[in-house]
Amino acid sequence: MRRVIAKEEVCIGCRLCEIWCQVQHSDTKDIIKAFKKEDKQAVPRVHVEEEGARSFGLQCRNCEEPYCVYSCISGAMYYDEETGTVQHDPEKCVGCWTCIMACHRGAILRDERGERVAAKCDMCTELEVPACVAHCPNEALILVEDDQEEETE
Amino acid sequence: MLTHLLPEFKIIRDDERCIRCEVCVRQCGFDVHSYDAEEDMLYADENKCVGCQRCAVMCPTNALTIKPHDYEYRPNANWSKEHIRDLNKQAETGGVILTGSGNDKPYRIYWDHLVLNASQVTNPSIDPLREPMELRTYLGRKPDKVEFDNNQVKVDMPAQVMIETPIIFSALSYGAISYQAWKALLEAADEGGTLCNTGEGGWPHELRPGKTRVIAQCASGRFGVDLDYLNSASIVEIKIGQGAKPGIGGHLPGEKVSADVSRTRMIPEGTDAISPAPQHDIYSIEDLSMLIYALKEATHYEKPISVKISAVHNAPAIASGMVRAGADIIALDGLRGGTGAAPKIIRDNVGIPIELALAAVDQRLRNEGIRNQASILVAGGFRNSGDITKAIALGADAVYVGTAALVAMGCTLCQKCYTGICNWGICTQDPYLSKRLNPEIAKRRLVNLIRGWSLEIKEMLGGMGINALESLRGNRLHLRAIGLDQWELDVLGVRGAGD
Repeated sequence: MRRVIAKEEVCIGCRLCEIWCQVQHSDTKDIIKAFKKEDKQAVPRVHVEEEGARSFGLQCRNCEEPYCVYSCISGAMYYDEETGTVQHDPEKCVGCWTCIMACHRGAILRDERGERVAAKCDMCTELEVPACVAHCPNEALILVEDDQEEETE
Repeated sequence: MLTHLLPEFKIIRDDERCIRCEVCVRQCGFDVHSYDAEEDMLYADENKCVGCQRCAVMCPTNALTIKPHDYEYRPNANWSKEHIRDLNKQAETGGVILTGSGNDKPYRIYWDHLVLNASQVTNPSIDPLREPMELRTYLGRKPDKVEFDNNQVKVDMPAQVMIETPIIFSALSYGAISYQAWKALLEAADEGGTLCNTGEGGWPHELRPGKTRVIAQCASGRFGVDLDYLNSASIVEIKIGQGAKPGIGGHLPGEKVSADVSRTRMIPEGTDAISPAPQHDIYSIEDLSMLIYALKEATHYEKPISVKISAVHNAPAIASGMVRAGADIIALDGLRGGTGAAPKIIRDNVGIPIELALAAVDQRLRNEGIRNQASILVAGGFRNSGDITKAIALGADAVYVGTAALVAMGCTLCQKCYTGICNWGICTQDPYLSKRLNPEIAKRRLVNLIRGWSLEIKEMLGGMGINALESLRGNRLHLRAIGLDQWELDVLGVRGAGD
């Protein structure tokens, strides 16, 4: 099971996680093209919550009890057994935003570039390390794989 | 009022690369960058830029270049840009110009005029990767003679502190640097088998358990000094002077005295922490002796007592007095030693280079037959393992590194430590900025630095055919000088190259 853990005490609020998440979910995956050339910019699936000096990167925590999955009316949100993560299929999504209401962490965002669909962290399962973790300059986002989970928590 | 000051740095933003992510805006503590949403443009106020390079490092597209501004006055060998700038600043404010970091003036750096020896044909060099190589050093007073009883050494050995490598972290006080930076130094010293110096700002209580690789400083302000503080450390150091500001005290502005700093320093929150220029109970060698023995009593004669002075004209005679007063370690801080805040005119003009002070003090103590009675620590602008190895050959027991440790943690020597704003999270108490230094990352980088330098020192020793640092200590025959005058060779006690 893949999890990203946010370390509030070293998050510096630079928002580079948001930027690289957007690049990772862009069409070209090139940072300059993703921001300057693509008409419909991708939605970053991580969001930095900030208040004064306190901040942390918030993305899907892949809950063991995924309310978003339970509440999804179209079957777009599903639990992927193979990766142990909650995934979202925009083809099936009807943009009813029920998942957004159900998510008690506020980790699901709206993608209204074309069809209205939900946007959530997919844990970059195709990458060795998720883009936000790889580019966090202060190690405030930590990737935890299954076997390490207990000791970290 | 119109300021006559021109910006020091030029900010070049490559608009083809800039993606308007505003990381530069968020990362600059000096508010240089701003985003105009209406124009969708980023602007920079160059007058505020200190050239710390934080924005350039953090920019995800490398769109920023920060370089010294190219404005020029009419060329004048006597009146440099810096002279005119400083003079204007004072004409506008009427104040003393403050600065941070170490002397940046082009005084002769003797390390760059000294070269090391290596073995060829007549004696074998040693490969440290295949053969044992000893960097271990013991700090403290050594006995005058060794007696044997049934092949056992029979001697009362005064307190000794072992370090695995002759590289110690200099005095950087909590208050001047952030909690995160201070913690990183403490933990790196522990992991690297060396020592860190608390500086004069005390030692946070929660960071004491299990940590002993510490030199606890007792400076003129006596901040945070109590029995537990002294006895938690391995060495206690009386600070008389600092290389960056000989003869000058310290002044930590009230803004930096946060609740935590106040608790650690044992002073009210928000008050200025003023360290007097002299220690007011030390006006003579006899007074110094009284404090040394007071500290020895307080620590049950279990810890070496160090006395730190800035390298000044009479350093050898003063050092001799310090040893005779009971100091077990002599720390010398040279002309290029760093600071969190000092008057620029003092930093740039007072004191002598550490190379000359070290050679003179070592020679004086040897001439007087008391060199064994104290270890010598030297500080002040050591940049690499070559400088350190040369210092050992000149007679040092170990070397203090402060600026080098800061650079390892991210410092770019922008010299704005005295403002309380540090974009790298090192020299600040602002929680938004200090978070930028992750103590884990900083510790890792510091431990890497110690490891890398130690490996290099071993390589140099091996090349000289030596397998223990002890054999190089004070062995000036392994040094030769290039491009120095006779008087400098005499002071350094080194022969010219080819001689």
